[in-house]
Amino acid sequence: MASSDGNKNTNTEPWGGFEDNIIQGTGSAVIDMENMDDTSGSSFEDMGEMHQRMKEEEEVADEAEATEEETGEDGEFLGIKGIKGQLGRQVADEVWQAGKRQASKAFNLYANIDILRPYFDVEPMQVRNRLIESMIPIRMINFPQKIAGELYGPMMLVFTLVAILLHGMKTSGTVIREGTLMGTAIGTCFGYWLGVSSFIYFLAYLCNAQITMLQMLSLLGYGLFGHCVVLFVTYNVHFHSLFYILWLVVGGLSTLRMVAAVISRTVGQTPRLILCGTLAALHMLFLLYLHFAYHKIVEGILDTLEGPNMPPIQRVARDLPVVATAAMNANLNSMVVVLCR
Amino acid sequence: HHFAGLSDVSISGDIPVEGEINVPVGTPSQDKEYSTLDEPVKDTILRDLKAVGKKFVHVMYPKKSSALLRDWDLWGPLLLCVTLALMLQGGSVDSKEDGGPQFAEVFVIIWFGSVIITLNSKLLGGTISFFQSLCVLGYCIMPLTVAMVVCRLVLLGGSWGFSFIVRLIVVTASFSWSTFASTAFLADCQPPNRKALVVYPVFLFYFVIGWMILTFSPSA
Repeated sequence: MASSDGNKNTNTEPWGGFEDNIIQGTGSAVIDMENMDDTSGSSFEDMGEMHQRMKEEEEVADEAEATEEETGEDGEFLGIKGIKGQLGRQVADEVWQAGKRQASKAFNLYANIDILRPYFDVEPMQVRNRLIESMIPIRMINFPQKIAGELYGPMMLVFTLVAILLHGMKTSGTVIREGTLMGTAIGTCFGYWLGVSSFIYFLAYLCNAQITMLQMLSLLGYGLFGHCVVLFVTYNVHFHSLFYILWLVVGGLSTLRMVAAVISRTVGQTPRLILCGTLAALHMLFLLYLHFAYHKIVEGILDTLEGPNMPPIQRVARDLPVVATAAMNANLNSMVVVLCR
Repeated sequence: HHFAGLSDVSISGDIPVEGEINVPVGTPSQDKEYSTLDEPVKDTILRDLKAVGKKFVHVMYPKKSSALLRDWDLWGPLLLCVTLALMLQGGSVDSKEDGGPQFAEVFVIIWFGSVIITLNSKLLGGTISFFQSLCVLGYCIMPLTVAMVVCRLVLLGGSWGFSFIVRLIVVTASFSWSTFASTAFLADCQPPNRKALVVYPVFLFYFVIGWMILTFSPSA
C-alpha cells in the first residue's frame, strides 16, 4: 500500500493501484449492492471509476500548465499584435480542450471495456472443467446450484458454433437469397444466445427465480457445447439415425443440466414446470433446426418436389415417406418388368 | 612579425560576403520536428513501402522482435485483406450469385474477427494496444494469402482428387504458420498461464479463413 500522499505517479498497474489519497478523496466506503452478486466480491468497477477520476484530474492539471506556459512565453515577444493573436489562439485552444474532454468523457462512459473485465477473469483449467460439467446434470434441486458468471467460455462457444455452421452451410450448398452466409450464421447463433437468455431471464423474473442475467447467459452459453459437438459430428457424417441418437443423448444431457440448475433456484411446482418446459423445448428445437435447416439431403429431395419454403419440422416428416414410396415404386416397377417377360 | 602586416587588411566593397542571416521567429517547437510534408511523394511512398516490406519479412521468419509492435501500421493488413478478398471472388457454389457478397464477407470476417480477438486479449489482461494487435493479426494473414495464390494456380490445371490433397496440405501448413507467427507476438503480452485462452480465438480465426480458401472453387 502506498503511504505517500502527494505522489500520483508511483502506481504501476493500469487501474491505479491502492493509493491512500484517492480513497480518501472519494469519501464513500459504501459497497454498491447492485454490483455485488455478479462480480462476486471483486471491486473492479470501483477501481475503474477511480482510474477515470484520476485521469481526469491529471488532464485538468496538464491543461492548466499548458495554458500557463503559452501565456508566459508568447506574451513577452510579440507586443500588441501578439496579444491579439494570443487571445484568439487561447480561445481556440479552450474550445478544443473542452470538446476533447466531452468526447473522452462520453467515450470512457460507453466504451469502457473495464466493465467487462471481471467476467473474463478465468483460467484455462476452469474453462475446461466447466465445459465438461455442462454435460453432467446434477440431481440436487432443493438447494440453489452454483452457476459461474463468466463470459469467456460462452463467447468462444458461440463463435465456434458460428464456424461449424458456416462449414455446414457451405457443404450443403445452402443458398441465402437475402443476406450473406456469414451474416446468417452470426445472426442465428448470437440471436439464439442473447435472445433466448433474455426470454428465459424474463420468465424467471415472472416466476420469481433467483437467477441473474449474467448467470443465464453463462448457463445457456455453456449449454451450446453439446450443440457444437453434435453438429460437428453430423455435418460430416450424414446418418439420420445417428443424428437422432446424438440429439437425444447429448442434447438431452446438456438440457437436463441447464434445467436442473434453473429449477434448483425456483420455488413452487407451476413456475418450475413453466421454466423447465420452455427452456427444454427451445434448446432441443434449436438443435433440430440447426441440423435440418442446413442439411444437403433434405434440400435436394425437397427441391425436386416443391418449393424450398417449407418449415423444418415438416421436412422431417416428408423425408421418410418419400424414400419409402420411391423404394416401393422401384419394387413395383421391377415386379411389373418381371411379370411382363 | 607575420601579423604586423595583417593590421592593414580590410575587406573591399566588391567582395561579396556569403552567409545566412536568419532570426528564428514563431514557436520554435515546430522546427524541432522533421517535417515530412515537403518531401516528394515518391519518397513518402517508398518509405512506407519499405516499412511494410520489412514487416512482411518479420512475419515470414517469426522471431521475437518488436519491430512489428513498435511501428505498427495498417497498410499491410489492408493490402493483404483486399488481395485475399479479390482472389476469393469469382468462385461461388451457385452461379446465380455475382460474387459481390463474398468480397464484403471476407472483409467483415477479417476486420470484425481481429477486433474481437483484440478485445478478448485486452479483457484477459494483455498489455498490447488495440492497433498494435490489429497490425499483428493483419500481417500474419500473409501465409494464408500465399496459400491462396498457390491454390489458385493448382486449380488452373490438374485432376480434381490430387489437387485437393495438395491444397489441403498447403492450406494446413500456412494456417499453422499464421497461428504460430501471431502467437509469437501476441502471447508475450499476456500473463503466462492464460496463453491458451488467447491462442484459441486466433486459431479459430485463421481456421475460418483457411477453410474459406480451401473450399474455394472457381465457377466454370
